[in-house]
Amino acid sequence: MRKLAALIKHPLRELTSDVDDAVSPERYTTLRRNIIALMVAATLIPLSVMAVLNYYEHQNAMAREIQNPLRVLVNKTKNSFELFLAERTSTVSLIASAYTYAELADEQKLARIFSVMKREFEGFVDLGLIDEHGTQVNYVGPYALAGKNYADQRWFQEVRLKGKYVSDVFMGLRKFPHVIIAVQHMTEDGRTWILRATLDTRQFERIIASMSLEPDADAFLVNTQGLLQTSSNNYGKVLEKLTFPLPPLTFEPTVLTMIDPLGREVFLAYAYFPEADFVLMAAKPRSSSLKTWYTVRGDLLFIFVAGVALVLFAAMRVTDALIRRMKEAEDRRELALREVEHSQKLSSIGRLAAGVAHEVNNPLAIINEKTGLMKDILSIQPDFPAKEKLLVQVDSVLRAVERCRGITHRMLGFARRMDVSIEELDLTELIRETAGFLANEAMHRKVDVQLDLDPELPRIVSDRSQLQQVFLNLLNNALAAVADGGSIMVSAQPDEAGVLVSVKDNGCGMSDETMKHIFEPFFTTKKGKGTGLGLSITYGIIKRLGGDIAVESTQGVGTTLTITLPKGQREALA
Amino acid sequence: MNKQDWKILLVDDEHEFITTLAERLELRGIAARVVFDGESALLAVAQDEPHVMVLDVLMPGIKGLEVLERVKRSNPRVQVLLLTGHGSTRDGIEGMRLGAFDYMMKPLSIDTLIEKMESAIDYAGKAANLGQ
Repeated sequence: MRKLAALIKHPLRELTSDVDDAVSPERYTTLRRNIIALMVAATLIPLSVMAVLNYYEHQNAMAREIQNPLRVLVNKTKNSFELFLAERTSTVSLIASAYTYAELADEQKLARIFSVMKREFEGFVDLGLIDEHGTQVNYVGPYALAGKNYADQRWFQEVRLKGKYVSDVFMGLRKFPHVIIAVQHMTEDGRTWILRATLDTRQFERIIASMSLEPDADAFLVNTQGLLQTSSNNYGKVLEKLTFPLPPLTFEPTVLTMIDPLGREVFLAYAYFPEADFVLMAAKPRSSSLKTWYTVRGDLLFIFVAGVALVLFAAMRVTDALIRRMKEAEDRRELALREVEHSQKLSSIGRLAAGVAHEVNNPLAIINEKTGLMKDILSIQPDFPAKEKLLVQVDSVLRAVERCRGITHRMLGFARRMDVSIEELDLTELIRETAGFLANEAMHRKVDVQLDLDPELPRIVSDRSQLQQVFLNLLNNALAAVADGGSIMVSAQPDEAGVLVSVKDNGCGMSDETMKHIFEPFFTTKKGKGTGLGLSITYGIIKRLGGDIAVESTQGVGTTLTITLPKGQREALA
Repeated sequence: MNKQDWKILLVDDEHEFITTLAERLELRGIAARVVFDGESALLAVAQDEPHVMVLDVLMPGIKGLEVLERVKRSNPRVQVLLLTGHGSTRDGIEGMRLGAFDYMMKPLSIDTLIEKMESAIDYAGKAANLGQ
């Protein structure tokens, strides 16, 4: 029980612990084995129990179905035997009572009585009158038995004692199997005599034949000493010893299962006769009786085996799918962890870079201003011998400052890229706000900035400040591209993948050559005014946020920049 | 408006930087008053409203963005140019949301600064005209 509990608990424990620990392939093998074992046990144990119960229940039902008719048949046949013997005994008894000794002792009369008996009742072979000393005083039949003395025979003693007697089957003087029925009669004057009739046991065979058993079945009569009273197909001839021991005494018809001397498993139905020394038996081999059962058993077995195979197959498939999912989840988790670790590392580097750049920028600004002032002062001084040389030196310092500025700005740009802060945001509001920053300049230059933002725009998960920088860059570019009085259209609408935002201007447009380079760093058309980083930073941000950016432009007509953004960052990172 | 009439207020805790910047502006005919912290800036604005205030974001005491917010509340006509020493565009964008005219990163080019001051004053003038 404890083992079973352990087996049931084990996979679950495995499942939870596996999530926490790094999972080795061996552990998956163990887990797979345990899950399959659990599933197989959970399904096969009830299935097996059901199958076994069904098997025995069905077997018993089938056995009962076969045993009952056999029991009934044996009972009926026993009744037939008893009736047969009772009729014959009554007949002999009636004759003994109806006729006087003198009449029975009369040969002619006895012959007439016997002929009537033979006509009315089959099976009588002879009839004899025996006096109280055991001497057969009169006899009608095929043998010369008149005058024979039976005083020392057992049947004579018994009939004297009990008044009636039915013998076992025996050969006796007649040399064929027969049964005798003897009845003692007492006259009013106290004399006793015995009327004895012999019955041919072919009548017994006839009764048994009327049972109409199958060829491999067998029915016969035995006496309580185990001597066959009728011939058996399988267990001996008449008057031979039955080849198996007698079953326990019972007058009720009973069926038991046994292995017969031929080695067959048989149903043996039997019943003892209360009034005679007989047992009626009928044996039927189980194999022939249970043919239907064997077919059913075959079907049951097939269904069971098929069920087991199906369960195993399903358990293995389900487990494999489960393990595969777990592995995938585990892989994803590890990947996510690695990504987090990586981004944390980058974020630290980013913060460090931002710190360094900030610290350097301030003194750099002082150098820049001081040198600028030196240049200013030098410029307004009248010429002196070293003025030109000094101006060259000052310019050189300013160029160096510019270089440093480039370096710190790149570092800050990198830090910014690392500084991703994801939140759910309303793009409509974000675009509106960003456009608001430039409203001043737009108004100043009479540029018409229109916003066409779909009210059904879904909220997206992204980085607010980075997106704001993107839109600021795009709007700045558009503003730079259009002439005073031009127009800019910002539209946003839902898209299959997420959101589609486009910034369209009616500015100067670009040549194909320019379009090829616009996303490259330091590429600018603003002639000294721009850093050339705006669109390359925009491109980097959009890509990092899982979106895409495309450009369409016609020289003299205008430019449209279109951005697609995913709804969620998970989709973007997946 | 002539450059000589511009009233400029420079706010930064980096003395060397801001005084030198003021001196250079003066050489270009632009008078600039210099203060070194947020509180002095608020006081200076209250005393004599400048046209343009050049404001460092990162200062001890009252931070640049707070100064901006308060000045925009008390003196909405003052145009503010934010200066930032580090690269966080967040501050710049936040500043613009609070009403700054523009933002610049140190070290800066004096010519660009003057261009932006000019734009700001120009814009303020137009806005005032529209308002009338």
